[in-house]
Amino acid sequence: MLDQLLQFLISGITVGSIYALVGLGFAIIYNASDVVNFAQGEFVMIGAMSTVFLVGKEVPYPLAILCGVMITILIGFALEKFAIEPAKDASVVTTIIITIGASIFLRGAALLIWGKDIYGLPPFSGDRPISIGPATILPQNLWVIGGTLLSVIAVKFFFDHTLTGKAILACSFNKKAAYLVGINVRKMLLIAYGLSAALGAVAGILIAPITYTSYDAGVMLGLKGFCAAILGGMGSSMGAVAGGLLLGVLETLGAGFISSGYKDAIAFVIILLVLFFRPSGILGTQEADRV
Amino acid sequence: MKRCSLYGLTGLILIFVMFVSVPTFGADTLKIGSFLSVTGPASFLGDPELKTLQMYIDDINSKGGIDGKKIEFIHYDTKGKAQEAKKYVNRLIKKDRVDVIIGGTTSGNTLAVIDIVQNAHVPLISLAGSVKIIEPVKKWVFKTPHTDRMAAAKIYEDMKKRGISKVALITGNGGFDKSGRAQCLALAPKYGITIVADEQYGNSDTDMTTQLTKIRATDAQAILNFGFGKAPAIVTRNVRQLGIKLPLYQSHGVASKKFIELAGKAAEGVRLPAAALLVADLLPDSDPQKRVLIDYKTKYEAKYGPVSTFGGHAYDALFITLGAVKRAHSTDRAKIRDEIEKTHGFIGTGGIFNMSPKDHLGLGLDAFKMLEIRNGTWTLVD
Repeated sequence: MLDQLLQFLISGITVGSIYALVGLGFAIIYNASDVVNFAQGEFVMIGAMSTVFLVGKEVPYPLAILCGVMITILIGFALEKFAIEPAKDASVVTTIIITIGASIFLRGAALLIWGKDIYGLPPFSGDRPISIGPATILPQNLWVIGGTLLSVIAVKFFFDHTLTGKAILACSFNKKAAYLVGINVRKMLLIAYGLSAALGAVAGILIAPITYTSYDAGVMLGLKGFCAAILGGMGSSMGAVAGGLLLGVLETLGAGFISSGYKDAIAFVIILLVLFFRPSGILGTQEADRV
Repeated sequence: MKRCSLYGLTGLILIFVMFVSVPTFGADTLKIGSFLSVTGPASFLGDPELKTLQMYIDDINSKGGIDGKKIEFIHYDTKGKAQEAKKYVNRLIKKDRVDVIIGGTTSGNTLAVIDIVQNAHVPLISLAGSVKIIEPVKKWVFKTPHTDRMAAAKIYEDMKKRGISKVALITGNGGFDKSGRAQCLALAPKYGITIVADEQYGNSDTDMTTQLTKIRATDAQAILNFGFGKAPAIVTRNVRQLGIKLPLYQSHGVASKKFIELAGKAAEGVRLPAAALLVADLLPDSDPQKRVLIDYKTKYEAKYGPVSTFGGHAYDALFITLGAVKRAHSTDRAKIRDEIEKTHGFIGTGGIFNMSPKDHLGLGLDAFKMLEIRNGTWTLVD
């Protein structure tokens, strides 16, 4: 039982790390503009797919990864510039619907460019399993967990210790006040979209060697990331990370000890319960303390 | 200007000739109707089916037709919708007055029209997978594709040969997976197999080590994964990651090079049943199917590109029909039906068909070949 538990936890934390990264992307855009960006899952897909494409074109792996992230950031910028900004006077709900439209558009574009095929990436450092007591872990799992940890620390540092990060935070508290003290609100929003896109791309690339990718891979990951963000408290980035890890571990424990047929149901029931008793999420508070 | 009108006139005459000439040949043509999902979600099935039918019908007509009759082919695209299928089958029967119908592409499309053809007494050969189409037997309905049950049976047969009696089942949550799981569970007792674990995963899941860890704790002698898409490749990799040494069986759902590519080294030693068409080149020359398969493959690939088993189902349906027409020396619907039912020893792409009043599919387990992945490619096991 105990050795099983260890294996369950390992896979739960790996899966949870990815949910956390996607959830973090949701939280950043929500912070900057109160909008839930449903194209977040598509960032994950585009990051992985463009890297796959570049690797296929014989581009060296590390360079391909870098370009994959860059391409996704550009698409994040484009999304803000051409879809969100023209609708700047629209209500939050309208903007959310625009992001849903954008996600369908991006998925369709990926389908046209790359087709319906499933693609994989080679593991970053071999695929020989590492034994930890009775459980085994793949080197790529460590990359996923480590990559997520680094990204989370970087995001935390960005918001706590850089001027731009603080400026974005300021926009999230009060747009008008931020504008009055000389912050370029539109530019901050652009940066927030770029940052979310980068996080999505990193998540997509880290996980592609384990789970493969295809034009529709972003749908489920986007949904799970959204759940993570809600579970942790929408707008709290550390909450999104905690929510993601919790969701991942709950899913695997549910599948492991209760029934794998009801894996998703178990996770969703717990989310409903959390929302019922703590509508603002586990780490969310009614006011302030965002990011 | 003058040139344009000349072309237009020629076109008009052509159309006129086409419309007028068909009825005059009426008595001497065989009218085959079809309703396939050439566009829409099932287009990857319907498209090669239609191409196959058209290619062979044109070919036969250019060689003088069948039994002295030209074939008139009338086709409608259902776009995968059951409602359209009903509409077009009614039109095929009442307006086009076809002698025999080939289609539909999907089980849903076929099941929707069964009542119509049964009442109108028109023979129908379906290209869809579900067992329900022919079980219980319907007088006017036949089909050519193999079924999930046959895949499960083929796997169990191979397990029995290896002395495996305790099997851990792991399946996805898609339609293909669920139907496969039901067949695996239902057939197990017949082969003396005990299912010791019955795990499931979501088809978009990213990790199946949890389910496999549970399987590792059972006394299973083999793992059977019935699935489709990327999930079986993840399962295969997870099995190796956990260091599980049990034989791993996959279904015909992953019988493509893509699976080997995705699962990489982890795919070594995996066994799976596959339609003979995929491994036509590997078959020994003594295999009766080999010539048919290679012929179809070469012909199709020369014209359209990589062959799929779905087009093969259309090939089988067409030639079963033509064989029946030849034997019946008639285009009478009832006579054609009787002869289709008497199809015996027909070598198609899906296997050797032996139909009977009790079996409107007529395929044996030889429709599937058991393969093992060795050194990154298929190897025939039996």
